[in-house]
Amino acid sequence: MTLLVTVFAALITTIIWYKSANRSEMKLGTLCLMFWSASLMWLVDAIFEYAELGAEFFTPAVADMLNDFYLGLSVVAFAMIIWLVILLLKDPKGVIRGMLVKKN
Amino acid sequence: MACFLVPTAEAVVTTIATKVIESKERKNLKAEADTESLHVEADKLPFSKKMKWLNNMLWGGSALLAFEHVWHGEVVPFFPFLTAAGDPSSAAEMLHEMATAGVTMAVLVTAVWGCMVAASNYLEKKADEQKKEGAV
Repeated sequence: MTLLVTVFAALITTIIWYKSANRSEMKLGTLCLMFWSASLMWLVDAIFEYAELGAEFFTPAVADMLNDFYLGLSVVAFAMIIWLVILLLKDPKGVIRGMLVKKN
Repeated sequence: MACFLVPTAEAVVTTIATKVIESKERKNLKAEADTESLHVEADKLPFSKKMKWLNNMLWGGSALLAFEHVWHGEVVPFFPFLTAAGDPSSAAEMLHEMATAGVTMAVLVTAVWGCMVAASNYLEKKADEQKKEGAV
């Protein structure tokens, strides 16, 4: 479930990145790469788990699925926070710098 | 258990390599500033930029996986930081997971990055050829 949520986040971010005119300024590529690479890593995890559990892997308990979904959403929120921090630190549009200069 | 440590270790190495490559590229750019070769290379993405893709993938993926490990209580904010490290049998299991899943994760991410670089090089080559044909 965490893998699925991350893959969907990667797909949506990639579509936004592709359609966005100022993708470089908004550092959308960083967010895309973060989601895709986490998806790849969880895919490896899923393959190893499948090798261990077999068909049982595809029939998780409802409680486990819910917890994994909750984790997936939390992971997406965490990634967005990392992206926002990077965006504010790099400040490509100079918004923060402009604010600080005005105040000074 | 601690599979994310393998891509993290790779990320440290590639970040240092990127810094070295970046400084070399800057030196070369200064040296070639007055020559025509600068115009030929101008359309191509510098390799350090492509290395940054790998850095973003490795650091980003590892950070999200680390979050998952904290969620499951496998990483704790106090010594020894990895719960499995406290018990010898769990530690052996953890090392086995790092050697199998961790290494596979790092290899897969690097392989995907390799494909991205190959595609980018192909497109740059194609654009260069079209430019030359246009000039003739």
